[in-house]
Amino acid sequence: MRPDGRGETESLYFDYPYFEPPQQRGELAEPTPVAIVGAGPVGLTAALQLASEGIRSVVFDNKPTFNDGSRAICISRSSLAILDRLGVAAPFLEKSLGWTTGQSFYRGQKILEFKMPDGADEKFRPMYNLQQQYIEAFLWQAVAAHPLIQTRWQSEVVGIDRPGKIALRVSDPAGSYEIKADWCLACDGARSPIRKMRGKRLKGENFEGRYVIADIRADIDFPTIRRALFDPACRPGGTVLIHRQPDDIWRIDYQLRDEESEADAVLEQNVRASVQAVLDETGYSGTWDLEWWSIYSANTLALDDYRDGRVFFVGDSAHIVPIFGVRGLNNGLADAVNIGWKLGWVLQGRAGEALLDTYSPERRGATLDVFANASKSARFMTPSTHGWRLMRDAALSLALRHSFAGEFANPRQMVPYSYTESAAVRSDAGGLKAGPAPGEHLPELRLGDGFLSDHLGPGFTLLCFDAALASAVEARNIEGLSAFALPVSLQASERIAHEPGAAYLVRPDLYVAARWSRATPDEVASTFAELTFRKGNQL
Amino acid sequence: MTSAEMEAVYDAMARQIDKAGPGKSEVFLAKLALLLAQKAGDVHQVLDAVSEAGESL
Repeated sequence: MRPDGRGETESLYFDYPYFEPPQQRGELAEPTPVAIVGAGPVGLTAALQLASEGIRSVVFDNKPTFNDGSRAICISRSSLAILDRLGVAAPFLEKSLGWTTGQSFYRGQKILEFKMPDGADEKFRPMYNLQQQYIEAFLWQAVAAHPLIQTRWQSEVVGIDRPGKIALRVSDPAGSYEIKADWCLACDGARSPIRKMRGKRLKGENFEGRYVIADIRADIDFPTIRRALFDPACRPGGTVLIHRQPDDIWRIDYQLRDEESEADAVLEQNVRASVQAVLDETGYSGTWDLEWWSIYSANTLALDDYRDGRVFFVGDSAHIVPIFGVRGLNNGLADAVNIGWKLGWVLQGRAGEALLDTYSPERRGATLDVFANASKSARFMTPSTHGWRLMRDAALSLALRHSFAGEFANPRQMVPYSYTESAAVRSDAGGLKAGPAPGEHLPELRLGDGFLSDHLGPGFTLLCFDAALASAVEARNIEGLSAFALPVSLQASERIAHEPGAAYLVRPDLYVAARWSRATPDEVASTFAELTFRKGNQL
Repeated sequence: MTSAEMEAVYDAMARQIDKAGPGKSEVFLAKLALLLAQKAGDVHQVLDAVSEAGESL
């Protein structure tokens, strides 16, 4: 929502583009291998991932422009790694605000300051703040320039036929048409129309806490540190979160009291008064402009299966998570990359179709993990019962003098989920004492002037200390598999196994597929064939 | 105790308070405090904790 007199996309700092519906009408019905519904961050990332595998797609969005508000503003380190792999990280790094520190206050007194893990081995900071419309705009720059991706704005998918291949019925201001697709990625958000058309329902819990999220423009002199205010004078019993964003924009989230109605809470004069009270409490006495606001309630909802035949649900269409762990956008991007590379490999004939069955277990597992962590955060931020509230209040009160109690207020920040149980990962044969296990995200490492991830191939990569093994694997010329010999100096790192024979097979999405304490080229090749589900494991 | 162990205590207490219900949670907490005092064994420590827990309510 925006202040009275301003349109939905009349922002104080962002010029929304206007996208026409498709002008060339002749080839609209031309079949496509992949139809992507939704041009948000998830849909655009999926399109870029598929394109990087050489796969064409058509993206449909019912809007004429980007998202109306800043919405998701925290991009995690693992998401930056994804954007970097897609070659689009530069504008994000230039515009966003990286941060590592959070502070929590109870009744105006600081009870906790935490720093998220960071160091010289990390290519990216733990978190970056950037408004969602910039995220979309930067992804769009790459999508618009890519010959394999066609985007159709103002194009609403109004029907999807079930039998055999996908047939989408699309309606835009100039007419309607049908287009056939082999596969469909439903990246159409929390209220996913595709999900409804397929008769699927999200299942899970609703939490009690409701928040107004408001963006203001103000010249506040404070670093990029996330602040959480518990039981502040401006909102007794409630919680307030404050985040800095680029362009002098500040995000203020404040919890509604049980007796506050949502209808009243979102009235402009009430939002202004609530924001002013927060600013007064933080000691800011300058002027400010109201930019945008919305209302939000914490949910943990997910589909039982992210796959429905030839339709995959990706991002919010498959799961809705509480905001506290900043996992909505970040898990959505990880979903997009997961299905993107797998579908790309299947369509290129480099992997068997069974690889696609590993998408839902891997990514739904990640969602359930988020639920477990986010539920803990939500119980602290917005305790839903007497017991949780009492414990929270006791912890906060103790935290004034005891740092152990302040740790209860430490939010569990985004850590990539491990696919340890996945069929697309080979269970650990053991033997290595350090380093990532199969199913875990590859840790980043400083390597000369750059980083380990800069040396990974576009497909699977074998990482090892044995140059002869790397050359032998390379010499086999297996499509989609490359090898890189790590410098022996890296054996000093605690992030990777020290044994000279240690070898890791890394997937295109930077997850470890298998590891060995001593590998042979034959074993590497057969494991690669097995994990890409080739018929008879033949290369 | 590690922070994970403290968290387990936190969770167990929250659940027990809810199980006891609004009318009985105070008596549950008082019983818990007496049990822990008995295990702690040191009267000065316990009395210090009693007075400290009474601050900033």
